[in-house]
Amino acid sequence: MSPPGYRAGPASAAVPWGAWGLRAAAVLYLGALVLVPLAVIVQDGLRQGLAGLWRAISLPIAWHALRLTFWTAALMAGINAVMGTLTSYVLVRYQFPGKRLLEALVDLPLAVPTLVTGVMLVVLYGPQSPLGGWLESSFGWRVIFAPPGIVLALLFVTFPFVVRTVQPVLEDLDREQEDAAATLGAGAWTIFRRVTLPALSLSILSGALLSFSRAIGEFGAIVIVAGNIPLYSQTAAVYVLGEVESENRLGASAVSIVMLATSLALIWLVDALHRRLVRR
Amino acid sequence: MAALILAPLGGLFLGTFAEGPAAVLRALTDAQVVEAFGRTLGIAAITVAVHLVFGTAVAWVIVRQRFIGRRLLNSLIDLPFAVSAVVVGYMLLLIFGRSGLLAPLLRALDLRVAFAMPGLILATLFVTLPFVARELIPVMEALDTEQEHAAATLGSGGWQTFWLVTLPSLRWGLLYGLTLTFARALGEFGAVLVIGGGIQGRTETATVFVFHALEERQPVAAYAVALVLGLLSLILVTGVNLMRRRKRLT
Repeated sequence: MSPPGYRAGPASAAVPWGAWGLRAAAVLYLGALVLVPLAVIVQDGLRQGLAGLWRAISLPIAWHALRLTFWTAALMAGINAVMGTLTSYVLVRYQFPGKRLLEALVDLPLAVPTLVTGVMLVVLYGPQSPLGGWLESSFGWRVIFAPPGIVLALLFVTFPFVVRTVQPVLEDLDREQEDAAATLGAGAWTIFRRVTLPALSLSILSGALLSFSRAIGEFGAIVIVAGNIPLYSQTAAVYVLGEVESENRLGASAVSIVMLATSLALIWLVDALHRRLVRR
Repeated sequence: MAALILAPLGGLFLGTFAEGPAAVLRALTDAQVVEAFGRTLGIAAITVAVHLVFGTAVAWVIVRQRFIGRRLLNSLIDLPFAVSAVVVGYMLLLIFGRSGLLAPLLRALDLRVAFAMPGLILATLFVTLPFVARELIPVMEALDTEQEHAAATLGSGGWQTFWLVTLPSLRWGLLYGLTLTFARALGEFGAVLVIGGGIQGRTETATVFVFHALEERQPVAAYAVALVLGLLSLILVTGVNLMRRRKRLT
């Protein structure tokens, strides 16, 4: 941290015009780019009061889109919590050839544009592909243009979140307790469940919540794989696009506000969790 | 994990070359595709330039200055990550659209933002806002200010110190942040689709082209452009990652 008298960087003269100018620029930039648009959408959604907002949300198609968005995101977050914890456990605790490749693979979904993710999944699992055709003809599983495709796309897009929140905590974990448990005769699974997992629980939870929050707004991958059939596979983000195109402003704003509020609340919750984690 | 991540990439590769390399080449040199890529690269370049200046300024203000509202400013930076891309485009439409908040002003000045380049750039700026600042803030916090003090004692001015002392120690963080910004800008889709309307020849970016080509059942063109976009982002991000790791080791 800076020494007490040091405020505005090396330039601080008697009157720090430079520092104030810089501060004003930063505040204006973020305010204009982030705060103003958010305020406008909230104001637009509340044009007809809370009752109007509620009416717009409870329309069957909007309501179904929101429910679909939430349950697919929740399912994905659950799968991610398990698979992400396993992956980070493998990455931290085991040495094996190809580990560095695996390490790099984890971040791959962050680098690939989500639209491209959607195209890749359609090519692989789509009805015209060998794999997709086989799944449908022998098991009756329709993946693409159906809800399972949404979950699959979300899994791909949010894969790094749990791994990257759990991994550093696992690396810092003191192994003495695990060793002590082993000395006392506990088996590997018992040690993991009773000693390791409780120490990781907060970070797993915040990783899962982050991926959930990210999933609510996902569009690029979903619009390609979901088929976007109203009352079946149309998610909230795709619904908003449709309402914007048909110039139904209240419907678009209302569903946007629900998505925004959920994501923001989750991010703040994760922030609070993180602060508790640091204090410990 | 390999099934989840590697198999789709391989699938896309095979799908692209299903009709042979000549078809791929023809699709990629199509005038419409070249134009869409040019537009995407232009938007990404402008976005990188703006965030280079303002992202650095924001990080500096948050790390080095103390004022009321600093924590609010800090949490504002992450906000774009919580907003759906479609909602980003829609928010901009509410401000700049035909019946938007600023419509009278824009009409008076004869400016077009929605369904034009400025709208595409604004949308991309919004979604890439966090990258530079988030990369720079921890680096700046860890930075020792002693060297800067020494430079100041030796009579160096504010700019000179920043230019010669501070900036060199930030360069890897900055480079990484800017690369992430560029890669994300290349792949942005939802926000530019909504604010730009995806008008061919005017606001169609590379991602929007993929979307249209899929709808018009031109799989080779769609897959080829998607593959180029995916590989480009991948190479950029992995390359800078490797470079940074090597720098940290030496």
